[in-house]
Amino acid sequence: MNSSTYTQFVASKRMGICDPIHQIGMWGDFKDSSFPDTEEPSHGTVGTSNRYEPETNKRIEKVHRRLAQNREAARKSRLRKKAYVQQLESSKLKLLQLEQELDRARQQGLYVGGGLDASQIGCSGTANSGITTFEMEYGHWVEEQDRQTDELRSALLSQIGEIELPILVEGCLNHYFDLFRLKATAANTDVLYLMSGTWKTSAERLFFWIGGFRPSELLKVLTPHMEPLTEQQGRDVHNLTQSCQQAEDALSQGMVKLHQILVEAVAAGTLGDGIILPQMAATIEKLEALVRFVNQADHLRQETLLQMSCILTPQQSAQGLLALGEYFKRLRALSSLWSGRPSEPT
Amino acid sequence: MDKVQKLASENGVMIFSKSTCCLCYAVSILFRELGVNPYVHELDHDSDGKEMDKALTKMGCNPSVPAVFIGGKLIGSTNEIMSLHLKGSLVQLLNPYMSV
Repeated sequence: MNSSTYTQFVASKRMGICDPIHQIGMWGDFKDSSFPDTEEPSHGTVGTSNRYEPETNKRIEKVHRRLAQNREAARKSRLRKKAYVQQLESSKLKLLQLEQELDRARQQGLYVGGGLDASQIGCSGTANSGITTFEMEYGHWVEEQDRQTDELRSALLSQIGEIELPILVEGCLNHYFDLFRLKATAANTDVLYLMSGTWKTSAERLFFWIGGFRPSELLKVLTPHMEPLTEQQGRDVHNLTQSCQQAEDALSQGMVKLHQILVEAVAAGTLGDGIILPQMAATIEKLEALVRFVNQADHLRQETLLQMSCILTPQQSAQGLLALGEYFKRLRALSSLWSGRPSEPT
Repeated sequence: MDKVQKLASENGVMIFSKSTCCLCYAVSILFRELGVNPYVHELDHDSDGKEMDKALTKMGCNPSVPAVFIGGKLIGSTNEIMSLHLKGSLVQLLNPYMSV
């Protein structure tokens, strides 16, 4: 056995062909066989056995044995070759599947960078880069939000002046409005990505509503942490909460209708049509209606924040925004803890 | 455009809509929730629909649908309606037209 054949054999063993080491080697080996006819039954080369010449008999037996061994070895080697080829075929399929998964993950922005260029996988370069940009900008947004939350905390503790606090509050509000602007761009790039919530942490996704947090829930988070409200403030907050919920309900019902329309669009078409391009184009147009909904939901979030800041004093607004910032921070921390929890033994 | 204005002045609460527009549907749901029964005119079911669409855009309604008129006056599209509602002003505007 030469060294290259040995390497081939070892490689085939790693591929899962479990040949015991003591077997002879790869099927290619038998090209070098010194026996002229390894597979064909003997046709009289050796002749019929002659009982009256024991030494000839022994030699004949030896030859028969050797031929049988050769046949057996050749048979085994053919089986190994077959198994090897089957292994190659299934590995090829697995590779194709992995490539498709990678493609999907890149579409969702989960796998950014790496050695592969987007164009090699064949997905839209612009959509991908738009989402990558959004993810990066959102990351920066979160960092800045945490910084502003800390700033609010120390400002409230140190009781800064009457002029500085409103400026801080306005800065925080504008930061939220920045997020809505970021999301508007991302919605135009890939609304399905935005609505999936993959850009948020797992715990935040629990409370997801049309691309973000539910405005009425926001009010519930803020109110316990503020200084006591005046009667008028109490009434105003109550009315705002009610209006917010009514608006949310209306949008939710609109989403249900859109959902139905989309299901019908995808299901439409007679049997045997396969995938028809004009129908797909119409469905994609309907998907774009989602962009309007996400924008409308963000508009509702923005208006809710604005109205709250009108009702509350700067002190109360600062307290509310601090509570909100800490709430989101806690949700993100919960997500980290959740994903890092030890898996239970099965 | 005449037809737009005519329809708007004939109906206390008017929503110009398109049957495929789910946001228009959402606005009509909100109005019903508030105790109002708006007159919804579907532009895609109207032969003059395209002209009316352009007219609404010219009047400053962006996007053109849903276009909400109260008392013959253009209030705006979804953004304007939502803002007014959160401020508490929408209910005041709709008061005269509410069916108890």
